[in-house]
Amino acid sequence: MSTIVASDEVRARVDRALRGKRTDVPGRVFSTVLLLTLLASLAVLGVLLWTTVDEALPVFRERGWDFVTSDTSSLASRAGVYQGLVGSIILIGFVAVIALPAGIAAAVYLEEYARDTKLNRILITNIRNLAGVPSIVYGILGLVGFVQTLRGVTGPGGGQLGLSYVSGGATLAVLVMPIVILVTMEALRAVPRSIREGAYGVGATRWEMVRSHVLPYAAPGIFTGAILALARAFGETAPLLLVGATTGFFSNPSGQNALEVLQGFYTALPTLVYSWSRLPRGDWGPNVSAAIIVLLVTILIVNAVAILLRNRYERKW
Amino acid sequence: MAVDTTLTFADLRGDARRRRREALVRWLLRGAAVFSLVVSVAIVLALVGEAFRWLTGIDLAWLVGDGWFPRRSEFDVLTLVAGTMIVSAIAIAVAAPLGLGAAVYLSEFASPRIRRILKPMLEVLAGIPSVVLGYFALTVIQPSIVQDVFGGTSAFSLMAAGIGVGILTIPLVASVSEDAMHAVPDALREAAYGIGARRRTVAMQVVVPASVSGIVAALILGLSRAIGETMVVAIAAGATGGGLRTLNPLGPGQTMTGAISSLAIGSDQVQGSTFAFDSLFFVGLLLFVMTFGLNVISERFVRRVRRSY
Repeated sequence: MSTIVASDEVRARVDRALRGKRTDVPGRVFSTVLLLTLLASLAVLGVLLWTTVDEALPVFRERGWDFVTSDTSSLASRAGVYQGLVGSIILIGFVAVIALPAGIAAAVYLEEYARDTKLNRILITNIRNLAGVPSIVYGILGLVGFVQTLRGVTGPGGGQLGLSYVSGGATLAVLVMPIVILVTMEALRAVPRSIREGAYGVGATRWEMVRSHVLPYAAPGIFTGAILALARAFGETAPLLLVGATTGFFSNPSGQNALEVLQGFYTALPTLVYSWSRLPRGDWGPNVSAAIIVLLVTILIVNAVAILLRNRYERKW
Repeated sequence: MAVDTTLTFADLRGDARRRRREALVRWLLRGAAVFSLVVSVAIVLALVGEAFRWLTGIDLAWLVGDGWFPRRSEFDVLTLVAGTMIVSAIAIAVAAPLGLGAAVYLSEFASPRIRRILKPMLEVLAGIPSVVLGYFALTVIQPSIVQDVFGGTSAFSLMAAGIGVGILTIPLVASVSEDAMHAVPDALREAAYGIGARRRTVAMQVVVPASVSGIVAALILGLSRAIGETMVVAIAAGATGGGLRTLNPLGPGQTMTGAISSLAIGSDQVQGSTFAFDSLFFVGLLLFVMTFGLNVISERFVRRVRRSY
């Protein structure tokens, strides 16, 4: 029996081929470039935050809470965001009261009740398309629908133009409803079948099954989605320009009742950012940046609440 | 032993009150779902109705001219479309490489730990309101990129607006295309690794081609978002009172969304003149048709991804 002995050269070559090149230089370069594209986007975020804080700092240092608690004014040194902050919170209240129940209800119908009929398929496609309609188009809808057609309900005294909280809030509610529906459907879809069968097994009707089993299980997902939708509405500016958020200066008349307030003039925090950004930058720049900080901090708080709620209600099954 | 009750059909149907409640809830839920259809019909009716009323009122020759000056009854729509195209082209040129690069990295290269850190940061970027990006475009991008790098001279420019819109679009492009790459089955990756492919080869020659429909969908969705973006353009592009038709990205210009917003806030002092103000319905209809068309196309691409795996 003879053995074949490989020469040293063959051994070395086979060895090298098996081990491959230690470092794949082009591969490293490639993955580094990809990482850089991601970091570039985050760097923009960093620069944005840094320049804003940098410009806003003097305002907060000199005026402190006064900036947050002052009304709008034609004097940069007196103007504050109070009306905008209150306005935004009232608008968000509208959105929460209208869009959340309606959106969650629609999602429950589409996910738990609807059979695969043509109408239901049209509904789902339609909702998906509505979520992609530019926000300013919703503003036009609000202008025609709420401000002009329904001015008797939305305007003061039923006569004047309905440039009011009611119009603004309803417009924003219609705007975020498709988003609420889509995230809720996603959350419902994640509920395992066995949970539904458990409820049916003890004789529950469909609604009893949904209320006692599916909704509690999907609650964390629905919460998160709903609050993200509210945050989106909070930062939305374009539709409010059409449904009459005031871009100038105004003072709230005293002694109004709640309905008169809701049918009266209003502004919102992002609207203030926009209208101040059109004024001479030397005087108003620091105010714009400070208002942006208030806006971002509020959105951050809203998001943090969303995460806390999700963690609190998250259940293990 | 005799049975003293017989089981009737009524017993099987259960409690009448419970059944009534069930039917009521069903109708309420259904009503909420149908409401969304009502909203979209209302959007279409509002836009088409008002746009038609405007079109029949004006002299159609006003639609062609040198520029968009609603106060002077010059409604050259092409000016707005050109402005929108320039802004969205720049936006996509920014968002496509950055968004897709980030998506490939997060999906194929990042370790789970890095992913857990970087992905939420990208989501923070997605949550920044567009007014904020608008002010950033005006005060940072315009002086330090458009003026210093490209030599622009004016205070406003379509390019600054385009870059701002692009930054807003990055998270959308990244997340939609990453979802598509995530949907590629691991078996495909493993097959490639099994015959000795490297990570880069797997990413570029297996995962990216397999998820190409999703990537195209992400880009179309990004384009649609860029066309409809309003606040960045309203703040950073200038030309609030109207503008001449221009193809120069370094100068100020007007887009469809910018025109609607400046008509709405009355910076043209036009609210008294019906023709000027009501032109926003026509522009709005045009905007709606364009973005709606793009969304439908993108939806079709996404469905193709879903069907293949």
